[in-house]
Amino acid sequence: MSSSFPWLTALVVLPLLGAVALWVLPSAGRNRTRAVALGVATAELLLAVGALLAFDTSSAGQYQLVETHGWIPAFGVSYAVGVDGVGLSLVLMSVLLVPLVVLAAWREQGSVAEATDRLRRYLALVLVLEAFIVAVFSARDVFFFYVLFEAMLIPVYFMIGGFGGAQRRYAAVKFLLFGLAGGLIMLVAVIGVYLQGPRGPQGFLTENLTGLTIDPTLEKWLFLAFFLAFAIKAPMFPVHTWLPDAAEQAPVGTSTLLVGVLDKVGTFGMLTLCLPLFPSAARWAAPVIIVLAVVSILYGALLAIGQKDLMRLIAYTSVSHFGFIVLGIFAFTSTSIAGSSFYMVNHGLSTGALFLVAGYLVARRGSQQIADFGGLQKVVPVLAGVFLVSGLSALSLPGLSTFVSEILVLVGTFARHPAASVVASLGVVLAAIYVLWTYQRIFTGPVRDDLASTPDLVGREKWAVAPLLALMIVFGFLPGPALDLVRPPAQVTLEQVGVTDVPASATAAEGSDR
Amino acid sequence: MSDFTAPTVAWAQLSPVLIVLLAAVVGVLVEAFVPAARRRAVQLGLSVVALAGALVAVAALWSGVSDDGGTAVLGGSLIVDGPTLVLQGTLALLALLALLVVVDRTETGEDAFAPSASSVPGSEYEELARRKGVEQTEIYPLLLFATGGMLIFPAAGDLLTLFVALEVLSLPLYLLTGMARRRRLLSQEASMKYFLLGAFTSALMLFGIALVYGYSGSLRYSTIADATQEASGLDGLLLVGSVLILAGLLFKVGAAPFHTWTPDVYQGAPTPITGFMAACTKVAAFGALLRIVYVVLPGLDWDLSVVLWTVTILTMVVGTVGALVQTDMKRVLGYSSIAHAGFILTGVVALNQAGLTAVLFYLLVYGAATIGAFGVVWLVRERSVQPDGSAGAVLGEASHLSQWAGLGRSNPALALVFALFLLSFAGIPLTAGFAGKFAVFSAAIEGGAWPLALIGVLSSSAAAFFYVRIIVLMFFTEPAGSPEAEGAAAAEDGASGLPLDVPAAQVPAEQPATALAVEVRAAATTTTTVVGTEGFAAVAIAVCAAATVILGVAPSWLLELIGGVAQFLP
Repeated sequence: MSSSFPWLTALVVLPLLGAVALWVLPSAGRNRTRAVALGVATAELLLAVGALLAFDTSSAGQYQLVETHGWIPAFGVSYAVGVDGVGLSLVLMSVLLVPLVVLAAWREQGSVAEATDRLRRYLALVLVLEAFIVAVFSARDVFFFYVLFEAMLIPVYFMIGGFGGAQRRYAAVKFLLFGLAGGLIMLVAVIGVYLQGPRGPQGFLTENLTGLTIDPTLEKWLFLAFFLAFAIKAPMFPVHTWLPDAAEQAPVGTSTLLVGVLDKVGTFGMLTLCLPLFPSAARWAAPVIIVLAVVSILYGALLAIGQKDLMRLIAYTSVSHFGFIVLGIFAFTSTSIAGSSFYMVNHGLSTGALFLVAGYLVARRGSQQIADFGGLQKVVPVLAGVFLVSGLSALSLPGLSTFVSEILVLVGTFARHPAASVVASLGVVLAAIYVLWTYQRIFTGPVRDDLASTPDLVGREKWAVAPLLALMIVFGFLPGPALDLVRPPAQVTLEQVGVTDVPASATAAEGSDR
Repeated sequence: MSDFTAPTVAWAQLSPVLIVLLAAVVGVLVEAFVPAARRRAVQLGLSVVALAGALVAVAALWSGVSDDGGTAVLGGSLIVDGPTLVLQGTLALLALLALLVVVDRTETGEDAFAPSASSVPGSEYEELARRKGVEQTEIYPLLLFATGGMLIFPAAGDLLTLFVALEVLSLPLYLLTGMARRRRLLSQEASMKYFLLGAFTSALMLFGIALVYGYSGSLRYSTIADATQEASGLDGLLLVGSVLILAGLLFKVGAAPFHTWTPDVYQGAPTPITGFMAACTKVAAFGALLRIVYVVLPGLDWDLSVVLWTVTILTMVVGTVGALVQTDMKRVLGYSSIAHAGFILTGVVALNQAGLTAVLFYLLVYGAATIGAFGVVWLVRERSVQPDGSAGAVLGEASHLSQWAGLGRSNPALALVFALFLLSFAGIPLTAGFAGKFAVFSAAIEGGAWPLALIGVLSSSAAAFFYVRIIVLMFFTEPAGSPEAEGAAAAEDGASGLPLDVPAAQVPAEQPATALAVEVRAAATTTTTVVGTEGFAAVAIAVCAAATVILGVAPSWLLELIGGVAQFLP
C-alpha cells in the first residue's frame, strides 16, 4: 500500500481528464461518448475504493491522505486536501452516484441510437462537476473550499440552463443567484476569519484557523455569514425556494447530483467549517437553528404532501430531510452528529434512487404531474417495486439504512433537546403520508388506458438503481462499517465545539416515538 | 538676470515616456514625408517598436527602483518609483495589445476608422475617399501621444504636470472617439460629449489646483502633503480644492456621479479605441488617483473618506444597475467598467499597503480582459443578406445583444473566449478577475472598510446576472431568424428579464411593409458573422485570454512582484 500516492488529487484529476477527452473527442469516436463517460466514472469509483483501502479506519477522526502544496502564497492560500471519515464517506457516495447518473442520462439527452453532441457536452459537464465535488469534500483550506463552492455553480448552471425543462432558464438563474449571493457574503467572512488568524503563506489552512480567539461579536457575524451560505445551499427554511424550481426543471441526472450530493456541501460545511471555526458562536446560535431545522422538517413535509409535480415533491422531501441533518449537527451530541453524518450519505442514496426512478416514470409518461399517472402497479411491477423501496427509504423504514441514521439523530437530539426531538419525529409521520399517498396515486387503482402499454424497466435502468437499493439494505442491517467512519469525527467535532457529550440513554431511546 | 543653470535630467528614468513621445513626434513626420502607400506599415512598425521599447525600458529600470525605492526626476516634477514603474509597464503592455486590435483590418482591407474623418458623414467626398481606399494613419501618432500622456499621469510629482499630462492624454482620445467608420454620427456625438464634459472637468480640476496652491503655496505633492499636517485656518480652501482635483480624476476613471459620459462614449467610439480607452485610461487615472490619495492627502483621510466612500458605493451600484437594463453590448461593457471602477475604488479607500498592491494587480487584470472583450466585439459583425438569401457584405459591429444569440454554435472558440472574459469580469473563481476582486476586497476589510466590501460582493452577485445572461444568449439561445427561434420565441420565458428583439433601426426605412413583414425582414436583412481579419486582433485576444487564465490559476508571482515595489516615494 503506497501511502504517498496522491489518492485525492488523482480523484480530482481523473474526471477532469475525462471531461477534456469528451470535449475534444474526434468526430469519428463520438459514438463512443457513453462508453468513455461510463468508463471514466467507473474508474473513478474504483479509484475511490482504493482510497478507502488506503484510509486507516481506526483513526477516522483524523485527516488522512493529506496533501498540502502552496497555491497562492501571497494570499495565504494552499492546495490542501485530506479527508476524515465523514469527508471520505461523502466522496464515496458521490462517485457512486455519478456512473449511475451517466447510465440514466443514456436516454435522457438524445436518442438511444445515436450519441448526440448534446449528450457529449452534458456528460462532460457531469464529469467536471464530479471533480469539483470530490475536491470540495476533501478541501482543508478555507479559501480553496470557497473557490470550489462557487465554481461548482457554473457546471450546474449550464446543466440546468442548457438541458432542462421549459422553464429552465428561470430555474437556472434563480439557482445561480441564490448560490452566488450566499457565496459572496461568505467570501467577506472568509477574508474576515483569515485576518483573525496567523496569516502567512498558509493562513487559510483550516487547522490554522481552528481554535482562534475571536472577539465574540465579530465571531457571531462571521458565523452567520458562513451559515447563511450553507443554509442556502442545504437548503433550509426559509432560503429553500430555489430548490423546488431547480429540481423541477433540471434533467433527472442533474437533480440527482444537485440534491443528492451538492446540497450536502451545505451541511458538510456547517459540520466541518461553522462548528470548528466559530465554536462559541455556534453554541450561541444553536437554539435558533434547531427551531429553524424543526420548521424545515415539518414545513418541507407538509409542502411535499401538497405538491402536484413529482419532482417538486421529491425536492420538498429533501428540505424536510435536510432539517433532520441540521438538527442533528446542532444538537451537539456525539450520537446526533454521527447520525447526521451518516444521514448525509443515506440521503444521497435514497434521494438519488427516488429521482432516478421518478425520471423513469417521467420519461415514460412525458409528464411530471402526479395526476397524469394511475394504476401502474399491474403494468410495470418492477418499476413499482423499485419506487416503493426508494419511497420507503425516504420515510425511514426499519431495515433500510435511512432508519439507522434518522433514529440516531432523533435519539441523540432527545438527550439534549427532548421537545425538538419529539416535534421533529412528527416529520416521520408526515413522510409516511407523502410517500404512501404518492405511491397510491401513481401505482394503484384501475389501469388507465393511455398507460396500459407502458414498458417496464430495461436492464440498463435496473442497473442504475440496483446498487443504491442494495447499499441501503446492506447498511440497514449492517450499519457498523459506515458508523465506524463517522463516529470518531463526531467526537472530534464535539471537542472543537467545547460541549460535553450527553450520552443517549436507554430512556431517551424509548422516548423517541418509534 | 541670474545665469541660467541647466537642470540635471535623469534621462534613464525618463526613458519609457521619452521613447513613446519621441515615436509620436516621428509619427507626425512620417505622415508628412512617407508616401501614402507605405505609411501604415511604417507607422505600425514605429508604434510597436515604441511601446515594446517602453516596456523594455521599464524592465531595465526595475531592479534599480526595487533596490533604492525610486527617484524624483526633473526637480521633482516626475517621480519614478515602484508604483510608477508597475503602472507604466501595465500601460505599455495594454497599449501594445490594444494597438494590435486597432491596426487589424478585415479581409476586405477595412479598419475601424473613417477613411476621411473630416468629411461630412454621407457626403460625396467621403464616398470618394472610401472608394479610393484612403486610410487615416494619423491614428497611430494620436494613440502614441495619448499613451505618452498616460505614462506621465501616474508619475506626476506636481499638480501642474498632472494637469498637462491629463490634457495630453485626453485630447487625442477626444479625436479618436470621433473617427468610427460606421455610425459616424453616433461617433461624432460621442466625441463631442466627451470633449465638452472633459473640458468642463479639466476646468474644475484646474480650479481645484489653484485653491490648493492658495492653501499651501506650492504645486509640489510633497510640499502640499507637509502643509496639510499643519493647521492654518484655511482648511476650507484645501478641502474644496482637493475635492475638485479628485472630481477631475474620478471623471477619468468613470466613477459615479461623474460617469455619465462612459456608456455613450464607449458605444460611439470605434471599438478598438473603446478597448484602448477603457483599459489604459483607467490604469493611468487610477495611478494618479492613488498617488494623490496616498501621498498628497493622507492627512485628510478623515474628511475625504466620506466623499470617497459615497463615490465608491454609488459607483458600484450605478454601474451594476445600469448594466442590467442595457441591450447594446458596448453599453453593457461600458456600465460594467463603471462597476469595476467602484471595485477598484474599494482598494483605493483601504489606504494600506495591501490596497495599493491589490489595485495595481486589479488594473492589469481588468485591462487585459477589457481589451480582449472589445476585441471580440470588434470581430462580431453584421452581414447583410441579399434579396436572394445569399450572404452580402460585412457591415459594422453586431453590438445589439440579440445579435449575439447562437454565437456559441457558429463560433464556439470565440464565444468561449468571450465567456471567459465575462466570467473574469464577474469574478468567478479560477479567473484572474476573481484574484483581483479578492485582493481589493481583502485589502478593504483589512483597512476597516468592510461595509464597502460587503456592498462590493453584493453588487458582484447582481452583476454576475448580466454577464451570465450574455453567456446564456451565446450558448443556449437560437439566433434570431433561425427556424428554431420562431417556435422558441413564443415559449421564451421571462427569465432573461429583458426584451431582446432586433432593433428597429436595422429595418430599411424605404421599404413599405406591414408590421408582420417588417418583423420578418428585420430578422432577414442582416445575419451575425465573425469577420475574417489579418489576425492581429486574434493575437491580442489570445494573449488577453491566456493572461486571464494564468493570472486566475497562479496569480502569486505577479502579486509578489508588485508587492515588492509597491511603495510610494514621499
